[in-house]
Amino acid sequence: MDFLNAIIVLFNFTVIPALAYGSQLALGAIFVTLIYAVLRFANFATGDMMSFGTMFAVILTYYFQSLGFGLGVLPTALLTIPFAILMMILYMLMIDKFVFSYYRVKKSPPVQFAMVSVGVMFVTQALIRIIIGPSDRRFLDGEKFIIKATEFKEMTGLAEGITLKSTQAITIIVTLIVVSIMFWFLNRTKTGTSMRAYSDNEDLALLSGIDPKRVVLITWVIAGILATIGGVLYGLDKSYRPFVYFNNMLPIFAAAIVGGIGNPFGAFLGGYVIAFAEIFVTYAYKRFISYLLPEHLEPDSLLQLLSTDYKFAVSFSILVIVLLIRPSGIFKGKVI
Amino acid sequence: MAYFEGAKMTAGYGDGPDIISSCSITANRGEIVAILGPNGAGKSTAMKAMLGLLKLKSGSVTLNGEDISKINPQDRVKKGISFVPQTRNVFAELTVRENLEIGGFLTEGSLENKIESIYSLFPILSEKKSQVVGQLSGGQRQQVALGRALMSDPSVLMLDEPTAGVSPIVMDELFEHIIKVKKTNVAVIMVEQNAKQALSISDRGYVLVTGQNKFEGSGNDLLEDPEVRRSFLGA
Repeated sequence: MDFLNAIIVLFNFTVIPALAYGSQLALGAIFVTLIYAVLRFANFATGDMMSFGTMFAVILTYYFQSLGFGLGVLPTALLTIPFAILMMILYMLMIDKFVFSYYRVKKSPPVQFAMVSVGVMFVTQALIRIIIGPSDRRFLDGEKFIIKATEFKEMTGLAEGITLKSTQAITIIVTLIVVSIMFWFLNRTKTGTSMRAYSDNEDLALLSGIDPKRVVLITWVIAGILATIGGVLYGLDKSYRPFVYFNNMLPIFAAAIVGGIGNPFGAFLGGYVIAFAEIFVTYAYKRFISYLLPEHLEPDSLLQLLSTDYKFAVSFSILVIVLLIRPSGIFKGKVI
Repeated sequence: MAYFEGAKMTAGYGDGPDIISSCSITANRGEIVAILGPNGAGKSTAMKAMLGLLKLKSGSVTLNGEDISKINPQDRVKKGISFVPQTRNVFAELTVRENLEIGGFLTEGSLENKIESIYSLFPILSEKKSQVVGQLSGGQRQQVALGRALMSDPSVLMLDEPTAGVSPIVMDELFEHIIKVKKTNVAVIMVEQNAKQALSISDRGYVLVTGQNKFEGSGNDLLEDPEVRRSFLGA
């Protein structure tokens, strides 16, 4: 029984949160990797673009709530995602037209693009500050839990319980759906094949009649979908703090690079690698161990490898190790 | 007048010096034309000028009597000119079949039939159709490159050193494939370093030196011309 309790503690406090957090990172990492593969630059505005899309979902959620629209047990935010995506795509296309396309025509080096994206990041942050302000907002409504710890304990008679928040379940399910559709699109449709071809060999793609403008457009559309959904899921799960998204860029970039930058499937798995690493390293194992050891051997310390304040050090270490040992990532991406 | 004709072409890269000057190359459907010459003679440049990858300072390019000097490479591809670059001529991260599909994007009609006809021309591609091209051997890759270029049903096929970096056996095999392509009533223009072998399968050949036509004639004439042999074929 103690052994079962130990497993449940671990499952409840590491596996479930890591799956949800990993899904959110995965969406961001695929966004980074797609922009890198097709437009060939590291987009430092990633975090704030995700925040920007989420902002629309938050505003619309408040508006829909005031009108009395809702999805019952599901969060109203899910209803607002399509509209938020639309706004996000419009914003991205506008940025592309007025900023990035100029450098694309000039065939600027990737470093210059990256610096330009830093500029876009500042502008996006400023817009967010003007439109919604920097404060913390909760926009989750509907049923909060699918399984509550107390119910689980009553049901099973165990000392430990499993909590499954509805946002966690929604995050994992929505991510799997979005990512499956995206991979189907990339691998099975003509447009998806053109995108991969353009990413692989631009000159030959042009000679084969692939329209670069269309490829760029589709890339931003997919990026808008990923950024908004990833951002909203993260905001629902935690809360919407506009400038936390900027901090999330480190684990997101780490995920994209671990998976092999330019490789969407790698980025997808990379998200989970980073999330599990971060949570396993910062989790306090005291309760888990105390179930497994006899009573008199119970540890006094928390058995935590690293304080959660330093969780970004985990992504950073993984990033450095991967770049030193296997710069192309787990799955062969483009070597940077 | 020849089917595909580059007449008195003068061109260079950007503002740099002229690489080819007053260079003329023609090809008819159903013949193989080889462009030969020492390094830096402007062979590839002449071919790229005919495709529109660089601007002509003077001269013209015509296809079936129509002047196409002013239109961009993509539109020339739509008109039936296909090009296989010397390097990076396949989508290495994509499968053989996907490479062929992309080659056929510009054309109307059933992709399936065309892919089947490419498979019958290059049986090895049918065997390897789901493999990623990056994993294939050099000779197989060149076949993928040829197959991709043929998917758009071209009337003119331009090959930039199709046998660069492959073994002599594979080279012979590739040349056999090129002869098969020619028999489907396609005008084939190729730049080659392996001059003797290239001339032996070519109907006509051009020898360029410093961007100008130096010799031209049928494949056999060039092979037997003592001056060409001495100065260029090295025998």
